[in-house]
Amino acid sequence: MSTGRVWKYGDNVNTDVIFPGRYTYTLMTPEEMAKHALEDLDPEFAKSAKPGDVIVAGKNFGCGSSREQAAACLRAAGVKAVVAKSFARIYFRNAINLGLAVLQCAEAVDALSAGDEIDIDFAAGTITSGNRTFKFFPLPEAVIGIVQTGGLIEYTKKKLGL
Amino acid sequence: MGLTFSEKILGRKAGRVVRSGEVVVISPDYCLSHDNSAAIIGEFKKIGVPRVKAPDKIVIILDHIVPAADEKYAQNHKTIREFVRAQDLPHFYDIQNGVCHQVLPESGFALPGLVIMGSDSHTTTYGAFGAFSAGIGRTEAASIWATDEIWLRVPETLRIEFHCRFPEGVYAKDAILKIIGDNGADRANYEAIEFAGPAAGEFSLSSRMTLANMAAEMGAKNGYFEPDTLTVAWLKARTLREFEIVVSDPDASYEAVLSYDLSKLEPQIACPHTVDNVKPVSALVGKPVQQVLIGTCTNGRLEDLEIAARFLKGRTVHPQTRTLIFPASRAVFLDALRKGVIETLSGAGCVIMNPGCGPCLGAHEGLLAAGETVVSTSNRNFRGRMGNRDSEIYLASPATAAATALEGKITDPRTRL
Repeated sequence: MSTGRVWKYGDNVNTDVIFPGRYTYTLMTPEEMAKHALEDLDPEFAKSAKPGDVIVAGKNFGCGSSREQAAACLRAAGVKAVVAKSFARIYFRNAINLGLAVLQCAEAVDALSAGDEIDIDFAAGTITSGNRTFKFFPLPEAVIGIVQTGGLIEYTKKKLGL
Repeated sequence: MGLTFSEKILGRKAGRVVRSGEVVVISPDYCLSHDNSAAIIGEFKKIGVPRVKAPDKIVIILDHIVPAADEKYAQNHKTIREFVRAQDLPHFYDIQNGVCHQVLPESGFALPGLVIMGSDSHTTTYGAFGAFSAGIGRTEAASIWATDEIWLRVPETLRIEFHCRFPEGVYAKDAILKIIGDNGADRANYEAIEFAGPAAGEFSLSSRMTLANMAAEMGAKNGYFEPDTLTVAWLKARTLREFEIVVSDPDASYEAVLSYDLSKLEPQIACPHTVDNVKPVSALVGKPVQQVLIGTCTNGRLEDLEIAARFLKGRTVHPQTRTLIFPASRAVFLDALRKGVIETLSGAGCVIMNPGCGPCLGAHEGLLAAGETVVSTSNRNFRGRMGNRDSEIYLASPATAAATALEGKITDPRTRL
């Protein structure tokens, strides 16, 4: 299993600090978006994040704007999942629609620290760090199809027979 | 057990009785988008259908960076205009009209009982008219364009009851800031908020829009006021479209009921950098302010500009406080012009800007430098949202903003009445 590292943040991480409004209304490639990920929260993140890393945060992650880049930029930066105590509603939908894993697990959030090694087993529904294992809250059944198909665009294509 | 308005509206769409927690797949009545339509077009093209499924349900209103601030934004707008022409979309509003959340109701789309999805988080605003309206992302908007369908979880409902009347100098904005401060930015996450109680009907439509708009800042999926004679009169003055009012049953089930006595409120202000960091204005009096912004989809209606004008009439804003006015729409601007409000505000030294989102989302028209402070009537004060990450955004009512503009420092409007 490939492991990543934990980037730990607090409650109410909003979409403006995940992906600033000044870049929101220009079209960018995923690579460009990744460069601005978490720019106003943690300027170190975009410089040092590696594929497989996991963001661990408190409650109401992704509150604020409906901007999808706030999910897309993290996926583009190689983030394997965001583990939080809870997610803001639109962010939760956007992440699923774009194929970014959003996992609810308060126990893991309380236990994990920045820099911890972490791995996620989606099939088993578990988060592992060293000898600690946490169960995450399964996704609602209604959206599992979207995630399994690889996001909403692919899901819609399939639905339309394209 | 009775049904909430959300259960009724979504149940009617689904063709069966539905309860909160269930997931329905429905066909929305309208799908709103703005400058982000360029990105939606990109996603729509990836799906691969040649035409949108229901062109008369798509409403596109350019408002976020209008007029285009640079060539990238200009290209965005051009892409959108070309798509609108190619797809024959009948409901397109170009840069001269104002903020989507004001223009959409003014154009007769925000009707009671309708389901309106919008690719903007403040789509909750149309609940002021008894619609079910919620924000979605760009990919979802593209999917609606292609399929005319969306999945929605039927929300639980938080009921907030208002009693008594505001004291002088206290307004709807103070009420919603107080509610968000008391309950937290995620208190209503995934839920509907029903604004009710004996005093709810006394709010003007303009004030109802302020409350429903900021329901989003408590995490709500949608906000709602039961339509009444004021609602019907407002709508009949603007549209010939028929509508059917949907209300919650008296024995509907609520997640919780909160109660607020408006007569006990004082002016409120949300401090950096979260909307739930709310204090009474009286606790911050005297803090120097370099910019004041009055307007936007939260507080840019005639009622708001008139309140500001009452404070500024025959006076001049503080020389070190730039004061920007953003009417929510061209219709609001014209009304304010006819009533002399624009003359009063301009005469007081305010900068009258074009109807639109302005600097609220941090792209243009009055951004902040490091170390600067703004008092704004908009709805978000996240770090860096209106410019430099080391600037500070305070959110308040038009009265507090206008009193602050006069003094050049945070001022309790009750002391300037």
